Amino acid sequence: MHLSHEEFLQSVSGFLGMFYLALGLMNGVAAYYLWQLAEAQHHHAPTAEHPQDSHLGNKSFGCLFLAVVFSIMSPLAFSGSATMMAPISLPQFMVDGVNYLFAGSLGPVLYSTLSVGLLAVLFLGRRFFVRPVVAWIVWNCMLVLLAVCMTNPNFASIVMKPDNVPIVAMVYLLAFFTWLATAQAVKNDDRAKDGLPPLEKLDDEKILVWPDLVYTELICMVAITAVLILWAVVLKAPLEEPADAAKTPNPSKAPWYFLGLQEMLVYYDPWFAGVVAPLVIVGGLMAIPYLDFNKLGNGYYTIDQRKFAYVTFQFGFLVLWVTFIILGTFLRGPNWNFFGPFEQWDVHKVVPLNNVDLSEFFWVQWLGMPKPKAPPDVGAGAALGFAIWRELPGILLLLGYFTLLPPILATTVFRKFFQKMGLIRFMILASLLLLMALFPIKMVLRWSFNLKYIIALPEYLANF
Amino acid sequence: MPSLSEHIKNSQIWKSIFRHPMPVDRRNRIVVVLTNFFLHLHPVSVKKQGIALSYTWCMGGVTFFLFLVEAVTGVLLMFYYRPTLEWAFKDILELRDVSSMGILREIHRWGAHAMVITVWLHMYRVFLTGSYKPPREFNWVVGVILLLLTLLLSFTGYLLPWDQLAIWAISVGSNMAKAHPFLGSAGPGSSLLSVGGINLITSASDARYGLLGARFVGEETLNRFYILHCIAIPLAVSLLLAIHFWRVRKDGGISGPL
Repeated sequence: MHLSHEEFLQSVSGFLGMFYLALGLMNGVAAYYLWQLAEAQHHHAPTAEHPQDSHLGNKSFGCLFLAVVFSIMSPLAFSGSATMMAPISLPQFMVDGVNYLFAGSLGPVLYSTLSVGLLAVLFLGRRFFVRPVVAWIVWNCMLVLLAVCMTNPNFASIVMKPDNVPIVAMVYLLAFFTWLATAQAVKNDDRAKDGLPPLEKLDDEKILVWPDLVYTELICMVAITAVLILWAVVLKAPLEEPADAAKTPNPSKAPWYFLGLQEMLVYYDPWFAGVVAPLVIVGGLMAIPYLDFNKLGNGYYTIDQRKFAYVTFQFGFLVLWVTFIILGTFLRGPNWNFFGPFEQWDVHKVVPLNNVDLSEFFWVQWLGMPKPKAPPDVGAGAALGFAIWRELPGILLLLGYFTLLPPILATTVFRKFFQKMGLIRFMILASLLLLMALFPIKMVLRWSFNLKYIIALPEYLANF
Repeated sequence: MPSLSEHIKNSQIWKSIFRHPMPVDRRNRIVVVLTNFFLHLHPVSVKKQGIALSYTWCMGGVTFFLFLVEAVTGVLLMFYYRPTLEWAFKDILELRDVSSMGILREIHRWGAHAMVITVWLHMYRVFLTGSYKPPREFNWVVGVILLLLTLLLSFTGYLLPWDQLAIWAISVGSNMAKAHPFLGSAGPGSSLLSVGGINLITSASDARYGLLGARFVGEETLNRFYILHCIAIPLAVSLLLAIHFWRVRKDGGISGPL
């Protein structure tokens, strides 16, 4: 089924109209809320929790302005006509530019670098980004970006897949909650510098569960029920062709929450990416409370007081888990090839694969000799010996990685950790960190040297 | 002349159910939490800060509520669904096109996606507030198992519509078990487990076979996943949820600065 551009715009115009209307409403409510706050300020003296804010009026006006802008965009979107929707459509040069950037085999490199870079900038500049005005502008921009991109048929067709809608929601929910947590952490960190207790400690008052908690829970339940019913009415659950074991869809994807792991299959064989890695992730998560010896930051938001734990967890969760789910869901098409967000999923896209094993690098390219090979008529033991000799560079490298790095770390950057944790706990922490680091390491090696396997033992199904 | 509501509240039936007057004063607000089965999950009083939405995000509660929604809609859906090759897809088709209760399937599916997301957000919040630290270490471990079970619940349910999306997603996922070191027929070291030259680990005896009940995703798998999805995993989740909530209380309630 191929739609013309007009038909496509018609098909998304209803959604976009409602979306802009919701954005207008959101800003209208914000404007009203700020205006109420400004009014209240005239009557109440400022307190520590609510300091005087002389810009409330301006902020309220800013939100009102946005509300008006979105309210104008809404009917434009509802019109569904190409000319009316031109101002809220994705400009062609953007489509071409992004397509150009992601063309070729650099897609995953660019995507991963950009996401890590963006998260790093947000983290380092967190004091700036958590400010309500900045956060509100960023939030609005994120939502408008989604709406504008939705006018691109290739983008829309992937984002609107019923099972992908929750992932879009998750991205925005994660952005919101990360802001919420970071904003409180920054406040607490500033207070700690002044020798003040965290905000969570200010209100030590005990209240009765009935009515305060019970009513909050009731309202939450009603809200969730309403959201679910609305979602169920608006969006039909997917149902494709009846199951047919003879017809493999291309791409074949696992359920969305496992797509980060499926993405790792590009870099590691299934025994590692699909079995060992998930087990290590679950075990590592369980180990967190027993490895984190830092007594600070128990029961309140903070970043500065537990920077190592924070950065490690965020790297694992936001970078390695969430970012790669997004990549696997939205940007991986037929044959698990990378496609830019505005690119059409072309089954015939060819990406040259010329990946090389480390043993090939070592024996053939550096030593200029053929790889050691067992004579055809030797026994199993001798064949294994030859295979290990052939892969010795990779085996030594990996052995060194897991045995030499921990003591080096224990005597340098992690000296305090080692002293506080003892040998066993430290070794577990170091092993988990090194295992986690293997993912970005292998990716970078693949991107920069086309490295396929560090240890290539296909005869024993043990490639690494 | 007492009003009707007075009359009801003074009746023997009402009083046998609710053993105290309406919770409008301090004493009865305490009593209601202590005597009501559903409310006694809660303590009588909590720190005001501990239940602030900006602090807890209410994500644990929302996840639990979604679990209940899934249980109720799931039981109702079971009335309409038969896990066999002949009927599974047709029954879903009927739910979509014919049955007036068809929207149950949408609520169930979106609720499942939402539950995966809220359970992540709950874990995210617990980590960011350092709430896994002593004395709550063990409850974090229980939580990680619950997270895993939530994913498995969603994974096993994914197969049940028996359409292309379902079987191929499960095929891709369960193919990983084939690569299990030692225990998967295509995994490293599996050829080591042999007796007298005969491999013990084959495609008809390996980890994937154990998961699927067959060499590939077929009717045995459908039956197996159906039972896991509707009975086995929900039972395990219920037990662990009880422990999780119990330990929240025993470990000092909702976390907060010491």
